[in-house]
Amino acid sequence: MGEIIVNTAGAIPLTAYLIVGLIMFFAGIYGFFARKNLIMILISVELVLNAVDINFAAFNRYLFPDQMEGMFYALFVIAIAACETAVAIAIIINVYRKFGNTEVDNIQQMKE
Amino acid sequence: MVQQIVFIILALVIALCSVLAVTSKRVIRAATYLLFVLLATSGLFLMLNYHFLFAVQVMVYAGGIMVLFIMAIFLTHQPGKRVATKSSWKVTSSALLAVAGLVLCGVIIVRNLSCAFRVVTEHEISMHTIGQALLGTEKYQFLLPFEAISLLLLACIIGAIMIARKDRGVKEIEKVENEETENSETWEKSL
Repeated sequence: MGEIIVNTAGAIPLTAYLIVGLIMFFAGIYGFFARKNLIMILISVELVLNAVDINFAAFNRYLFPDQMEGMFYALFVIAIAACETAVAIAIIINVYRKFGNTEVDNIQQMKE
Repeated sequence: MVQQIVFIILALVIALCSVLAVTSKRVIRAATYLLFVLLATSGLFLMLNYHFLFAVQVMVYAGGIMVLFIMAIFLTHQPGKRVATKSSWKVTSSALLAVAGLVLCGVIIVRNLSCAFRVVTEHEISMHTIGQALLGTEKYQFLLPFEAISLLLLACIIGAIMIARKDRGVKEIEKVENEETENSETWEKSL
């Protein structure tokens, strides 16, 4: 099950994967707060979910290589993200039909 | 050495494109940057030796979800047109918030994670093992979440159809029904 080593030159540390996921996560957070287009907000949410996937897989591989729960959680996160995107895009298209654009500021009420 | 170079390339692509995806002025460009991020992520999964996860990421994310995004963008935006941005103090404050969170979590990760770890020397997980774990009912097996996901997908399909369906008023539906009955009557007469 792999041997424990300290700081070798040839391998990528776990920290590197976590930092990559971290940058992606906070890019998503920034987009979620700073943009007002509904599709941009959805893209930001996808970035956040993807960062979580990287963390699950990296923790699974580096800390518990003989198990595979992290991989399955990443799989389920991907499936749920697909569902969420489909419903959100249906809502966005419906909003566009009613209001003519997809800016969050212009949508005062969802019910007519 | 090769592994490190590939990792650095993938990490740079992810970092750059995810920042560009949330700051880009045109929505279609943001979606393209998101596609690059998703493909680079699947590359990271390949480097972690999760081949099944790599395939799922490429098929579901880079294939399915991106097609949904691009169709939605073409249905709701004029391509090439810039989208409006929020007022500048909101953008600044959310950028500050994101950078503060990034620095905080980065310091926590770098200072608290030990550098001792196991090197990945195993071969990939075989499809046989994955299938057994996905459809088994014992400990560390995932039949129940698997079925729950399939139910969720069904509910999601029905919900998406219900929401996105063109909402025809009652009068319109009656009109269409009348036309249909008239059509069938004329058709019977012609017989």
